[in-house]
Amino acid sequence: MAHSHSHSHGHDELGHVVPESTFLKILVALLVLTVVTVLAAQVDLGKWNIVGALFIATVKATLVIAVFMHGKYENKIIITYMIIPFILLAVMILGVFTDDPFRAHPLPFGAEASQEAAPVAPKAHAHH
Amino acid sequence: MSSVAVHPIVDHNVPPGEPPHIHHMDTPTAYGAAKLGMWLFLATEILLFAVMFCSFAIMRYYHLAEFHDASKNLNVWLGGLNTAVLLFSSFTAAVAVTKAQKGDNKGVVRNFGISVACGLIFLIIKSIEYSGKAHHGMFPFFGYNSNFYEFKNFLGLYYCMTGLHALHVIIGMAVMYWYGIRPALHNRFSGKYFTPVELGALYWHLVDLIWIYLFPLLYLVG
Repeated sequence: MAHSHSHSHGHDELGHVVPESTFLKILVALLVLTVVTVLAAQVDLGKWNIVGALFIATVKATLVIAVFMHGKYENKIIITYMIIPFILLAVMILGVFTDDPFRAHPLPFGAEASQEAAPVAPKAHAHH
Repeated sequence: MSSVAVHPIVDHNVPPGEPPHIHHMDTPTAYGAAKLGMWLFLATEILLFAVMFCSFAIMRYYHLAEFHDASKNLNVWLGGLNTAVLLFSSFTAAVAVTKAQKGDNKGVVRNFGISVACGLIFLIIKSIEYSGKAHHGMFPFFGYNSNFYEFKNFLGLYYCMTGLHALHVIIGMAVMYWYGIRPALHNRFSGKYFTPVELGALYWHLVDLIWIYLFPLLYLVG
């Protein structure tokens, strides 16, 4: 019953051991970036607010994936799996934005029933 | 022993620290396959949220002014505090994997325990926010008070996105307890076998990752 056979494939270590101190540095960076994104949102930069917020969020997400999730130590197949959903999200957003704004929209669902509740009817979209 | 025997990880009739026996696979292959499967699952999770992010993008495009005004109803301090809580819990989940790899089962219990506690703090803060919204007549599902009718697009997305995220927080807490803390109490993990800790931590990092995007989009820029 004693399973004494050892798998000696040359490397006994599974995965990659990341020291705790590395994780601590990443945590500090993530908290600093959170403060930066909150402060940046207090300044009115017009449409650059959302660009900046998404940029900082993407830097934070990259740190989490690369270090916390051991992303930078993984093989090419796993890295492909990480990237594909983001490509599909970009395709979906591109598809929606190149189609929906060019359609005539009916009134929103329930808009007639709520006329009293909403004295100003939500804008009907008639972009061409 | 009988209570231990029902556990899928604890019960393999193998000594503590040894990997379970998976037929036709050696240990590194089983480890790699499990991780690959987890990443594929995480990809589908990102796509689940991707649909909502896409909805948010198109609705924000149509109702930019309403989104800006509606976003001001959310409490940036509570949202920011929740961000810090989740980032810290993600850090302890990452440390738990290192502890498991070093065979420090007490370290796994301690660090995953902190992550589960942070998940609970997150949910408490979130419920304070939800009840505040409900108090002002911003209910999910039951329509909105006339003062907030124009915000219905934003609030609908807010409740859907944060609600689905909160569901993932609850599932993540259960996963970290069942597949991490409970086997670690039986000294189950070592440098040869820590797959459940790593996969549980990966799930928790995904929860953190989604919130990293939800917080600025909902609370900050609207």
